[in-house]
Amino acid sequence: MEEYTDKVIKHFLNPSNVGQIEDPSGKGKITSPVCGDILELYIKVDDNGVISDAKFRTFGCGAAIASGSILTELIKGKTVEEARKLSNEDVVRALGGLPPVKIHCSVLAEDALKKAIEDYYGKRQKK
Amino acid sequence: MRKVYLDANATTRAHPEVIEAMLPFYDKMYGNASSVHAFGREARKHLEESREKVAALIGAGSPEEIVFTSGGTESDNFAIKGTAAALKDKGNHIITSEVEHHAVLNTCKYLEGKGFRVTYLGVDRYGIVDTDELRRSITDETILITIMAANNETGTIMPLEEIGSVAAEKGVVFHTDAVQLIGKVPFDVKRSGAQLVSMSAHKINGPKGVGALYIRNGTEIDPCQHGGHHENGKRAGTEDIPAIVGFGKTCEIALKHGLEHYAGVKRLRDMLHDRISSGIKQVRLNGHPEKRLPSTLNVSFDYLEGEAIILSLDLEGIAVSTGSACTSGSLEPSHVLKSMGLEQVFAQGAVRFSLDIFNTRDDMDYVMEKLPPIIDRLRKISPIYRED
Repeated sequence: MEEYTDKVIKHFLNPSNVGQIEDPSGKGKITSPVCGDILELYIKVDDNGVISDAKFRTFGCGAAIASGSILTELIKGKTVEEARKLSNEDVVRALGGLPPVKIHCSVLAEDALKKAIEDYYGKRQKK
Repeated sequence: MRKVYLDANATTRAHPEVIEAMLPFYDKMYGNASSVHAFGREARKHLEESREKVAALIGAGSPEEIVFTSGGTESDNFAIKGTAAALKDKGNHIITSEVEHHAVLNTCKYLEGKGFRVTYLGVDRYGIVDTDELRRSITDETILITIMAANNETGTIMPLEEIGSVAAEKGVVFHTDAVQLIGKVPFDVKRSGAQLVSMSAHKINGPKGVGALYIRNGTEIDPCQHGGHHENGKRAGTEDIPAIVGFGKTCEIALKHGLEHYAGVKRLRDMLHDRISSGIKQVRLNGHPEKRLPSTLNVSFDYLEGEAIILSLDLEGIAVSTGSACTSGSLEPSHVLKSMGLEQVFAQGAVRFSLDIFNTRDDMDYVMEKLPPIIDRLRKISPIYRED
């Protein structure tokens, strides 16, 4: 088992925003090609294009759970365009670092976010 | 915080009697067993007494059949490479199983790069090889069968005597890595049919860094190290007398009390299994229900990833291990569970509880106080969790 920062442990033990959103504005579910972990992200976007709510669920290790948790905290209150600029490095930084072998868990978070935003734009176009 | 150690298949704490037996050999009886003076003769005497104790535990025909090594990995390397080198003119084919320890698998892979051909036998859902398939795999070129006695991840015990009789019938040398089995269940090296047996001290409350390879008299094998005449010319290098004396003591205790100790271990293990099965839903046993080490319990918690479970347990002071990809460094899930046909999603949630003679009922109570809420919490986070 890797050495995790206190921040990772905190988010692992008490993750923020766990769950699903009914009728979400966007949803992204990614399975890691590296290890098989799964991260699912739901976003609710208000009329001003601001992410008013975000929820996540993870099938995966401590780092993948913490990455999902911090991701929801990072994007809530941001506009979709702001959130779009987030990268896995921002997730790692916000967690106070991840062990090298666990960096792919933060990539999982970035990919889930991108997919949720894509889903949001896709839905909007249909409307 | 309370600490509960349930990772005995990784290593164990040394028995206090073992430590006590070892200590004088660091600062009082520190002679080199090859020296002719009194210091040396004293070391030699204890070296040979320890060899007798190790031989006695496995029912070896004579103590000379025991060669001390640095542990299980060295013994496996020695057995496989030593046989390959000694018998390369007779053939180039080795048979092993997919569920071996990496000490065996990677040694076989190394030999594949040197021109040997290796057959990796698959296993059934419990982790057991098919002896008919073994028989069919043997060719005129086969020089070695190397199949473990008991699996480190699941505890499943292989049909050694059947494998031994197939090997004998075909005249092929049989090596078994018995590191996890010896000292925990009765093992008679003659009945096993193995000419080569790997042993380790630290899995059964002995010191780390010492083990042995049993080499039946008359078995052709090249030395693993060249140098002086130590260990019957098979393994050069000054013997680690303190460690060897500790190993001897370990075997003496195992011979005297092993069955009784491990009957107690089995009771605790079964109690833990019963309580996990009744207290937590959607749990599956990995490994054979009966043909299994008394100390090992490997279970998958459906829809969860093992690292998250062992991390949570670790934060409560409980040490266990997992076959999950997320802890392997290589990010590959357990090759053992995969070979047993377990889907990756369930292999990811495998947790191994392995006990030794020092675990108590209180330890099990503590695990059962902490584990169910952890499983509950993690399942609430899991996007693939479905209630039955």
